[in-house]
Amino acid sequence: MGSAPDELEVSLWRGGEAGRYEAYRVPLKENQTVLDLVTWIQRYLDPTLSYRFACRVGMCGSCAMTVDGRPRWTCRTLVAKILKGRRLEIGPLQNLPVIKDLAADMRPFFEKWQRAKGVFAPSQTRREAPAKIPPQSALRIAADAAIECINCGICYAACDSVRWNRDYLGPAALNRAWTLLNDARDKGNAERLRAVSGKDGCHNCHSHQSCERHCPKALNPTASIAGLKRKTLEAYLTGRIAG
Amino acid sequence: MTVRLYLWQRLTAALMAPMVLAHLAIIFYASRQGLTAAAMLARTRGSFGWALFYGVFVVAASIHASIGLNNVLCEWSPLKERGSGVLASAFGALLFLLGLRAVMAVVS
Ligand code: SF4
Ligand code: SF4
Ligand code: FES
Repeated sequence: MGSAPDELEVSLWRGGEAGRYEAYRVPLKENQTVLDLVTWIQRYLDPTLSYRFACRVGMCGSCAMTVDGRPRWTCRTLVAKILKGRRLEIGPLQNLPVIKDLAADMRPFFEKWQRAKGVFAPSQTRREAPAKIPPQSALRIAADAAIECINCGICYAACDSVRWNRDYLGPAALNRAWTLLNDARDKGNAERLRAVSGKDGCHNCHSHQSCERHCPKALNPTASIAGLKRKTLEAYLTGRIAG
Repeated sequence: MTVRLYLWQRLTAALMAPMVLAHLAIIFYASRQGLTAAAMLARTRGSFGWALFYGVFVVAASIHASIGLNNVLCEWSPLKERGSGVLASAFGALLFLLGLRAVMAVVS
């Protein structure tokens, strides 16, 4: 299907796992984001199109899709910046089941978040005075480097180790575990170290840094995972966790 | 991969890295000196040092390779965890036996 100069041919994944790409013509506009294209198709061509978004400003992490083979946050991706030619192919995030059209099923992603103990385990109650964490402390600096994650799943979709081992906890959950490991207020580290050092844990990471390359928040889960590998090794050598 | 296998893989790698360099240096030396097979065997036969050096290398290589192969099989083959483990261990054992045979051939 050809497209006029001010039009774009946009192929969207339609259906579930056994779906197919279908092409639509969408008018090109200035400052258009990939999410705008999808929204235009839903508004003007096919209201049954399913996709996910909320904030549209890069905060909620819900709009991630595969755009021309790369996982991206669609609300912050300008069409003009990534367009090569006059075609764009948009599908659901990879490495996750497809619910319908562009909506991937994020459940495995968040289940692994729980399995990696990526959940704060408070050591104090609200009746105690708030903990004082000096901004210059080594722990705080380590946590800071990894903390801005918006749970978008882009790193997870980009990770070959997840592709090869569907049980691998993946970059986002491990990155979160690393921030909590460095959180002086948290008391769940014994369990967390066990959780991330099992057979589907941090040692499955090959350090090829696709996660870092694609993370829209410019985080480096590979570095966090390297930190986990160090900490779990220490814990293993000192007998705090079993192999 | 678990932390235990990770540790063994890194340990054996750290052990082998200088040994590979030493091995290359030995090959280089032997060929530069134009040593004949007989001259080499005269040096290695009955030598506890050479037996230990290459014996340790064979053990480290067998462990390292079988862990690596296990990872490859787990990730790239349809084999289940158990199947990969058995196959990789068998490969490690084979490497060990072949390596040991080669070491025995030059030191005994
Ligand atoms: S560095 Fe590790 S977590 Fe990141 S994409 Fe590669 S294997 Fe996955
Ligand atoms: S680490 Fe980056 S890519 Fe991964 S979920 Fe968080 S924000 Fe998204
Ligand atoms: S819609 Fe919230 S990050 Fe894109």
